[in-house]
Amino acid sequence: MLRVEKLNFAYDDLKVLWDVDLEVNEGEIVTVVGANGAGKSTTLKNISRLVKPSSGKITFDGKDLGKMQPHHVVEAGIVQVPEGRRIFPEMSVMENLRMGSYVKATRADRQKNIDWVFELFPRLKEREKQLGGTMSGGEQQMLAIARGLMANPKVLLLDEPSLGLSPLLVKSIFDIITGINQQGVTILLVEQNVYQSLRISHRAYVMETGRVVLTGKGEELLNNDHIKKAFLGM
Amino acid sequence: MAVFMQSLLSGILIGGVYALIGIGLTLIFGVMRVINFAHGDILMVGMYLTYLAFTSHFGIDPFVSVLITFPLMFLFGGFLQKVFINRVLNAVAQNQILLTIGLGLIMSNTVMLIFTSDYKILSTSYSSSTFQVGGGVSVSVPLLISFLITSVITVALYWFLLKTDTGQAIRATAQDRDAAQLMGINVKRMSIIAFGLGSALAGTAGALISPTYYIFPQVGSVFTLKAFVITVLGGMGSVVGATLGGILIGITESLSAVYISSGWKDVIVFVLFLLVLLFKPSGLMGKSRT
Repeated sequence: MLRVEKLNFAYDDLKVLWDVDLEVNEGEIVTVVGANGAGKSTTLKNISRLVKPSSGKITFDGKDLGKMQPHHVVEAGIVQVPEGRRIFPEMSVMENLRMGSYVKATRADRQKNIDWVFELFPRLKEREKQLGGTMSGGEQQMLAIARGLMANPKVLLLDEPSLGLSPLLVKSIFDIITGINQQGVTILLVEQNVYQSLRISHRAYVMETGRVVLTGKGEELLNNDHIKKAFLGM
Repeated sequence: MAVFMQSLLSGILIGGVYALIGIGLTLIFGVMRVINFAHGDILMVGMYLTYLAFTSHFGIDPFVSVLITFPLMFLFGGFLQKVFINRVLNAVAQNQILLTIGLGLIMSNTVMLIFTSDYKILSTSYSSSTFQVGGGVSVSVPLLISFLITSVITVALYWFLLKTDTGQAIRATAQDRDAAQLMGINVKRMSIIAFGLGSALAGTAGALISPTYYIFPQVGSVFTLKAFVITVLGGMGSVVGATLGGILIGITESLSAVYISSGWKDVIVFVLFLLVLLFKPSGLMGKSRT
């Protein structure tokens, strides 16, 4: 469904991605794990076209993303929930959600999607009128995910959704991600919380210093010696 | 007391037009992070458009001409954004400043070439007529009409920014450009709309003051400075701040002209400006940004 081939990327002279290959099939949860600076977020930014790759090819359902503007990528059905939530601080919860369905084709489903995300996150319904910037980190993360779902994503890219959340909230965020996937949304997850994310994913890629060094099924990687040593402290 | 009420009222009325100028500049800054140093010159172009419409054989009234000026200046601003400003959005601030100053110079000199640098006066039948409010207080008719038009435009603008998808997308782009792109918002298009709107507001302000102001090619520089003061005073990027800032500047000018001397009114405005910067550097409604 989503395929990244031989992706290379550099910030000016600093090369950060080296021949990254990855693939996401319909219905999967695929996770990219790795330490800070491994190039996980940069890979997502390349997919969303916020930055332009130096070489390589990204295709979605056979369509080349290479000539697209960021908003075309969203229209095609690839929706990113960025690292650090990035909700609109001076807009209410409701306005943030409305912006999630800015793309014309999704506006018809706006009310239906609002009902859906309020069901997923009852907390957001209580805070409907509150300004995004005044909410807690956990609430902001819920809002960011809900806002992403408003766009009827075929693939949802989640960049470190568990970052900075309490252990209890982390668990519920991962449960919600599993739930969203079961409702038919394909998920590409980028995480530093290796244990939790591998537990819920069908497949995973491990990135180190800009390269994919390991790939396999979620549970297999959980038992992999390299992973255990490098990430799980075992 | 009557004198005080009189000057307060005039201050509020002229402040409405200032608000329009400030809102235009703050909208452009909010969305693009570009300070438009051609803002006053765009206003000047609006004045000359109004002058042309008035002196043409249609003899269009300056207040009616807003219906023409607003859309024309919107297109003009959109064109400037698409052809020039969009290219420097990621450039260093100095280059953006040089570009907008340059555009302003081209505008004022082109107008000078066509109309010469002579002062022009647009005098209507009501240019100097007044309207008695009571208690010895009277209102200038052109100022009152321009204030009413300003209010209608401001209310419509607030409604647009708060309630429509495009308006919300403009605010979203101003608050977080990357996140806006991830919502599927075409931020270049939002920039064009924002610059178009900012120019339309400046041009309209030009049309509204043309019955009470001298029209000449260099008139813009006064208003660029004024717009800048209003915007910084209100908080860069805040539409509500620019509205308040404009009215506050109008009142300050009017009161200081009456109670101190009209030669000193700009000094008072700048002292007020410096005080606000000293005690609340982010402006009245501004938020410090990280």
